Amino acid sequence: MYTFNFEPVLAGFDKLLIGAWVTVQLSCAAMVLGLILSILCAAGKTSRVAPLRWVIDAYIEIIRNTPFLVQIFFIFFGLPALGIRLSPNSAALVALVVNFGAYGTEIIRAGIESIQKGQVEAGTALGLSKLQIFRYIIMKPALRTVYPALTSQFIYLMLTSSVVSAISADDLAAAGNDLQSATFASFEVYIVITAMYLIMSIGFSAIFSMIEKAAFRYPLSR
Amino acid sequence: MLIRPFGINEFWIIVMAAQWTIALSAIAFAGGGVGGLLIALARVSDARWPRLLATGFIRVFQGTPLLMQLFLVFFGMNILGFAINPWIAAAVALTLHASAFLGEIWRGCIEAIPPGQREAATALGLRYFNRMRYIILPQASRIAVAPTVGFLVQLIKGTSLAAIIGFTELTRQGQIINNATFSPFMVFGTVAAVYFVLCWPLSLLARRMEVKFSRSTTR
Repeated sequence: MYTFNFEPVLAGFDKLLIGAWVTVQLSCAAMVLGLILSILCAAGKTSRVAPLRWVIDAYIEIIRNTPFLVQIFFIFFGLPALGIRLSPNSAALVALVVNFGAYGTEIIRAGIESIQKGQVEAGTALGLSKLQIFRYIIMKPALRTVYPALTSQFIYLMLTSSVVSAISADDLAAAGNDLQSATFASFEVYIVITAMYLIMSIGFSAIFSMIEKAAFRYPLSR
Repeated sequence: MLIRPFGINEFWIIVMAAQWTIALSAIAFAGGGVGGLLIALARVSDARWPRLLATGFIRVFQGTPLLMQLFLVFFGMNILGFAINPWIAAAVALTLHASAFLGEIWRGCIEAIPPGQREAATALGLRYFNRMRYIILPQASRIAVAPTVGFLVQLIKGTSLAAIIGFTELTRQGQIINNATFSPFMVFGTVAAVYFVLCWPLSLLARRMEVKFSRSTTR
């Protein structure tokens, strides 16, 4: 009969907390940069320059139809062949941004497409400036429409970020791998780490729904 | 030390490894189909306990990384007294993962059927089994096809994580060839291309079915 031994996990718990903090930082940084990339790509997809649209479409399809693990191997092991050498942590960030960007572009584009033309015309008729129209009439309702999709994509990003442990970045999963190989309490280590990921995803969901209530409180009428 | 060049042989070894990716995806999809149906039915059940259990199952599997699920099954097998076997661990973990995701997708499809259908079936004297079998599930399955194919793409990509617990499928074969040839650009480029060939047609299919379906329902 197997006896569980959580003592080594508790002894190394500070290392796991540091790893969890790296995971949070990595995910948040990847989301902010990935959102910027998404907005740029979504804008680029409305461009009149056809090759630009093709490049963005190719980027989205390639990223969405290949595994994240292969993408990160390609970036970490493959790019040095082109003279681009990245540390594990920067390779992890680049891979997460590139990955999030592909999904984010589609989400943002769907949001912008959901704004009816009459809304913009109404804004013009009310004498709003171009910037005001973009900010209040296009971006704010568009973001509200896609907010749930964006937040679940973020949580998915945070969970996916565990894969960066495969190139030994310093995230939570990698901290777990180190602790596991030092203590051999494999199951105990991974059950604790899995619980930590679960707590983080529940926590972020709660934070996101509070933000939603605060930021998008004006009435919805269609 | 001998470094092999990346040649046509290495290319074919990688392409042939896709059979293990396909086999693993097929097993997980089949197992996840059965598990997902049970989860979805429990999730929309009138009884409180099945509903709570199914909700908890979905929350845990959607709120934790697939990689951790693989590790837990891999090391958990040892605790339960089985020999550690990456092939079985990967199949079990991916099946549980697929059950949770398909269960949640299909729950949505079942709930999308107007309540009048269920009430009419009950009024006609159909009991739970026949109501589901002849009235609810046939209609729900039409809505379910597109998102299910979409999830299949996610599942095929997910099988790549089995490489980390040492199951030799496409990605792991790529790592092995890379260790022998030291040409990561070619190796992982090839690996990515094989995944793309597997996933892209499915993605296109899912999107086409979605468009077709939304056209047929918005009339």
